[in-house]
Amino acid sequence: MAVAAPSQEASLEEQRRWEGNLEQLRGLVTERAVSGDTMLLNMGPHHPSTHGVLRLLLELDGEQIVTCLPDIGFLHTGIEKSIEDKSYEKAVPLTDRMDYLSPMSNNMAYAAAVEKLLDLDVPERGQIIRVVCLELARCASHLVWLGTHAIDMGAMSVLLYAFRERERILGMFEMLSGQRMMSSYIRPGGVWRDVPAEFLPTLKQFLADFPYKVDDYEALLTQNPIWKDRSQGVGVVEPDVALAYGMTGPALRGSGVNWDLRKAQPYSGYETYDFNVPLGEHGDVYDRYLIRIHEFRESLKILQQALARLERTQGPTRSENRKYCPPLRSELGQSMEAVIHHFKLWTYGYDAPDDEIYSAIESPRGEIGCYIHGTGANKPRRVHFKTPSFMHISALPVVSKGYLLADMVAIIGSVDIVLGDCDR
Amino acid sequence: MEIPAARDPVQAARDAFGDAILHVKHFRGETTLVVAAARLPELLGFFRASPGLVYNMLSDVSAVDYYPDDFGAAYDGSQSDYRPERYGVCYHILSMLYNRRLRIKAFAPADDPRLPSGTVVFPAANWLEREIADMMGIAFDDHPDPRRLLMPEDWHGHPHRRDYPLGKETVAFSFNVEEIHAHKPFAKD
Repeated sequence: MAVAAPSQEASLEEQRRWEGNLEQLRGLVTERAVSGDTMLLNMGPHHPSTHGVLRLLLELDGEQIVTCLPDIGFLHTGIEKSIEDKSYEKAVPLTDRMDYLSPMSNNMAYAAAVEKLLDLDVPERGQIIRVVCLELARCASHLVWLGTHAIDMGAMSVLLYAFRERERILGMFEMLSGQRMMSSYIRPGGVWRDVPAEFLPTLKQFLADFPYKVDDYEALLTQNPIWKDRSQGVGVVEPDVALAYGMTGPALRGSGVNWDLRKAQPYSGYETYDFNVPLGEHGDVYDRYLIRIHEFRESLKILQQALARLERTQGPTRSENRKYCPPLRSELGQSMEAVIHHFKLWTYGYDAPDDEIYSAIESPRGEIGCYIHGTGANKPRRVHFKTPSFMHISALPVVSKGYLLADMVAIIGSVDIVLGDCDR
Repeated sequence: MEIPAARDPVQAARDAFGDAILHVKHFRGETTLVVAAARLPELLGFFRASPGLVYNMLSDVSAVDYYPDDFGAAYDGSQSDYRPERYGVCYHILSMLYNRRLRIKAFAPADDPRLPSGTVVFPAANWLEREIADMMGIAFDDHPDPRRLLMPEDWHGHPHRRDYPLGKETVAFSFNVEEIHAHKPFAKD
């Protein structure tokens, strides 16, 4: 709702009125707002419970939400445009910056799309390490969601516990990639390098501790009467509405739609792991909360299986197709071929077909889709990310309609939005 | 309840729409249907509601710009692709029942790019189309809310077009400002 230029006819006095020019909102809010019967309230972009720089223009009848107009773009960083000027491998660090709470999922969405475009295979050990990273990222992202969602609704202490465990996951990411958050670890063809020796014991210790921490979170919230009062029956999304508005991930499964890309269209070997997809019943804030709590436990199941596989597999973690994946550092001293490939891949990159593909993965928030159109040369013509937060914010007006202003905070928290993911 | 057998989307669309299906492409296991722009919403509705197809969810709408010379008469046709106009808009639809995806693609001309909106069929297209209208400058007819989405309301130009400058610009000083403006169509107005 950027302010349009005031009409020439409006007098200076009229323009200076505190409510501003309401004519520009005609058609977007009800007529009652233009006549002053209902109140317009600006929420954000600096409001702490909008989870970033989301601005909502709310039309309120008393405390009831009549219309909600989300305004996004404050965190638009032109990532899609910047990728058009980079060779395929060098775009990976940019994808970290979209959904900054689970960069690994973005890396994976992009890497999977490039692999599909190039028809590139990933070795088994690379796939297992990817699953470990993706599930750790899911836990880390859900922990931030849990802490911030709880603090929005007045449960202060959960945030501290959730961030304590998240630190351990970020520590493990640092072991893998040297970076706590912007890891760029999953790359086209596999992962950057094998896991270091101290990673497996750390992961094992984490897997031993974490189930009890999840129990602690549940003890604080699941049966808490205030928590239930605030979340049950609030922000109900019917399954057909969720589908029509393109909601995915826990927000869709909260309405009872059994759709998880890890099961439906498996990638990175997810079809070989034994895990369940938790489903909600009522589609309210509380069900979405329960689903994410259950996803912690399912992620732990996957991590246990992946850990066992990591311990017994050996071999490369990245494709050995040297036309696409650079050789190991250790080969450079011995092989002229390796030096040539190293030089070629880090300067020019590689050519990809002049054609288009779409590939999607299940991130903690829902379906991240990546559309890539190549040029036949080393840079893409177009890269587009379809991100879950974008779809969820576009559905906010429907989800929040008729609920109270205080419920809005619960609804925003429960669909779990990240504005970097939304604006890209 | 018995689920009707899955139908081949290409054959079903050809039977129902005939000439409106301009081109069919298969690449890496994905099917692309290039359709006549005027009948796009009708086709999306057909794919959403027909038994045996049931593409019940819109995954993504993305646009691609074939500037400068990969489209129209200049396109040499050596690739399997089909690019009659400058802009292509892809609707990626997903059938959860049959677990498959389909890409419906329509082209818009370089002068006055314009397509009918798919929002009547898929409400999810609302913001995805707004983003394209904002970033790629393709207008959508009958769109319920055609304001800009990501860029400021008073922004000039459409950043995702291939002829829109991507950074790396010379710093403007008084001695070279004229020359820079001559190369930047959007900076002046």
